[in-house]
Amino acid sequence: MNYLYHLYMEFLSKYGIPELFGNITFYIIPFCIVAAALLIVVLGLVLIERKLLGWLTQRKGPNRVGFWGLLQTLADAFKLLIKENITPSKADRFLFNLAPILVFIPVMTVLGIIPYCAEFTFVNTSTNVILYLILVAFPVLSLFLGGWASNNKYSLIGAVRGIAQVLSYEVPITFVVLSVVTLASSMNMTGIILAQYSRYGIFGWFGIPCIIGFVIMFICVLAELNRCPFDLPEAESELICGYNTEYSGMRFALFYLSEYALLFANAIFLSIMFLGGYLSPFGAYLSHLILGDSSLASVIVYFEQVFWLILKACLIIFVIIWIRATLPRLASFDLLKFSWAVLLPLSIFNLFFTVVYKFVTGGALCGLS
Amino acid sequence: MTTARTLKLNLGPQHPSTHGVLRLILELEGEKILSCEPDIGYLHRGMEKMAEGLTYIQNLPTVDRIDYLSGCFYSELFCRTVEKALGITISEKSKIIRVTLLELNRIASHLLWIGAFLMDLGALSPFFYAMREREMILRFFEKLTGQRMMYNYFVFGGVRKDIDYIEDIAEIVRVLPEKIEDYEKIITDNPIFIQRTRGKGILKPETAFNNSITGANLRASGVNYDLRTTDELYKGFEFSPVVLDGKDSWTRYKARIMEIKESIKIIEQGLDKLKTCGKLEQKLINPLNIKLPEGEYYSEIEAPRGLASIFIKSTGEDKPYRLKWRTGSYYSINLLRELLIGEYLNDAIAIAGSLDIILPEADK
Repeated sequence: MNYLYHLYMEFLSKYGIPELFGNITFYIIPFCIVAAALLIVVLGLVLIERKLLGWLTQRKGPNRVGFWGLLQTLADAFKLLIKENITPSKADRFLFNLAPILVFIPVMTVLGIIPYCAEFTFVNTSTNVILYLILVAFPVLSLFLGGWASNNKYSLIGAVRGIAQVLSYEVPITFVVLSVVTLASSMNMTGIILAQYSRYGIFGWFGIPCIIGFVIMFICVLAELNRCPFDLPEAESELICGYNTEYSGMRFALFYLSEYALLFANAIFLSIMFLGGYLSPFGAYLSHLILGDSSLASVIVYFEQVFWLILKACLIIFVIIWIRATLPRLASFDLLKFSWAVLLPLSIFNLFFTVVYKFVTGGALCGLS
Repeated sequence: MTTARTLKLNLGPQHPSTHGVLRLILELEGEKILSCEPDIGYLHRGMEKMAEGLTYIQNLPTVDRIDYLSGCFYSELFCRTVEKALGITISEKSKIIRVTLLELNRIASHLLWIGAFLMDLGALSPFFYAMREREMILRFFEKLTGQRMMYNYFVFGGVRKDIDYIEDIAEIVRVLPEKIEDYEKIITDNPIFIQRTRGKGILKPETAFNNSITGANLRASGVNYDLRTTDELYKGFEFSPVVLDGKDSWTRYKARIMEIKESIKIIEQGLDKLKTCGKLEQKLINPLNIKLPEGEYYSEIEAPRGLASIFIKSTGEDKPYRLKWRTGSYYSINLLRELLIGEYLNDAIAIAGSLDIILPEADK
């Protein structure tokens, strides 16, 4: 990152542009890249989800627009863009319009703090795990805002459900993340990834000692994303569309976009925490194995790292979609009970277990070897 | 203590799970339902009044539309009443054909219900699986009658033409049990499904009696009441009515799954009989000048959604003076008033779904 910074500054000074301008814009550029990447990721994710759901339910999925339905989501996005933005007359105009924008800011930021490969994090802070936890919990506030401001009873119920759900599932997530942080002795995502490195590849990953934590976290992520079987805030057969019932056009698209972007971010976070992030499952990187220590390999290895990370995230997303096709929805009270009575004690046990594990093995089995 | 503030919620008619035809006015405290007021009539087509202006043969194609998911039953009911009034007996083979088609129709109806019920609970796939199997049955009906849902196949004195494509029925009967096993795997043992339906929407037999509940809903409350056991048409068919004593949504689901299995048994027997009984011989009456003798006629049948019956008052003319239908869903909707009280909103959808309510049947 420092290297890029110097390159950029050099480039600017060549044309006599003041340093201050460079200092400001250098942090804006990554966000533009994130925004562009976000759109592509979401368009891809929506298509994949629809295709997969189609196959899982004996259908073909979208296959009319473009080759193999590739342009279907693009067409849908275009439709949403040109649709009229309706604000209900009894709604709180200001908050109603504010909510979709507010939901989008933390989502963008989250994608900016994720390490996609070594040496490449847009914004790297020493405790970005905490930052991540705060940022992913943020959208539910704007979701609540939107539901409240819509002045619609279904939206209100959906919004209240959303708040209750995220509040109760945040707690186990925090405990699980704490156990991973204990294992890694780091609160930085890159640090956590590096702590999972071992010669034996997959055996260094925290998903193995922390398997209970992985399962808990996976379930909690489903709940936090309002995905099936925890899709109560937008339960179609009960609440029409939940908190975003009244939203249309671009505002709806923003909610939709942030939902899928969060899905992507959460899948990546899960793979960073438990599946070794951008590490290769074979220990050594393939590009090093094939190309040796050439300078070409040192460049290609970054792409390989991104590939591994995306692949792991895709696997997690696939399981999430698979669950959506299979399971019915939970009842709202069972949902809360499940979190407080099952997941929370388990996650505390998991934390206890990992601390003991760390004490006994000295972290020898995971990482360091 | 201050009085709790309540929320009036219009569940429908513009709602995905009531799809424009049912309105439930709910009073909520939090998500708890304090009272429920069903409002029907969004699909009212005035079929009973319309029947008074049509001759009997003109009425025949309309009766399928009482319930578009089990049209055969209403055809059969109407034909049966006219036959009874005119003193016509139908041939043995057309009886067997009728029973076979009725049971096929019942399976199609139950399959759709399973899909829709699971959709209400938020599960996606079972709907498509159920539709896939239902499609086989509808394809067969399309081949035989030219129609997928409103068959108009039963006529006064028998059936429109001899049955064909028996191998299709054999295929359905062969494939369905495996598929039902699949449903049981994905649905019946699913812990979330059990949690959502076990002990929810308890229908006590007394409540059921007070609300005139019939059909699988009643049988899932432990009451042995299946009109097919006494029906003339089903004479010679071996089957046992499904009576379960769970009283909750889960039992109603299970009862319907088991009813599908029973129906398969009946169809198998029907197939065996069809193979041996040769060509269809029936004497159809001239439908253009049917005049029912003066009097009142009543007949009933076990439809997928409970007891269905018809009452015709004739003054000796070629049109009914008064025609009245009794359908199961109407009473099930009324039951929601009692059944939903004290339940939570997301259970309410599941409970309403478990009663197998079809609005065209209730509104007529």
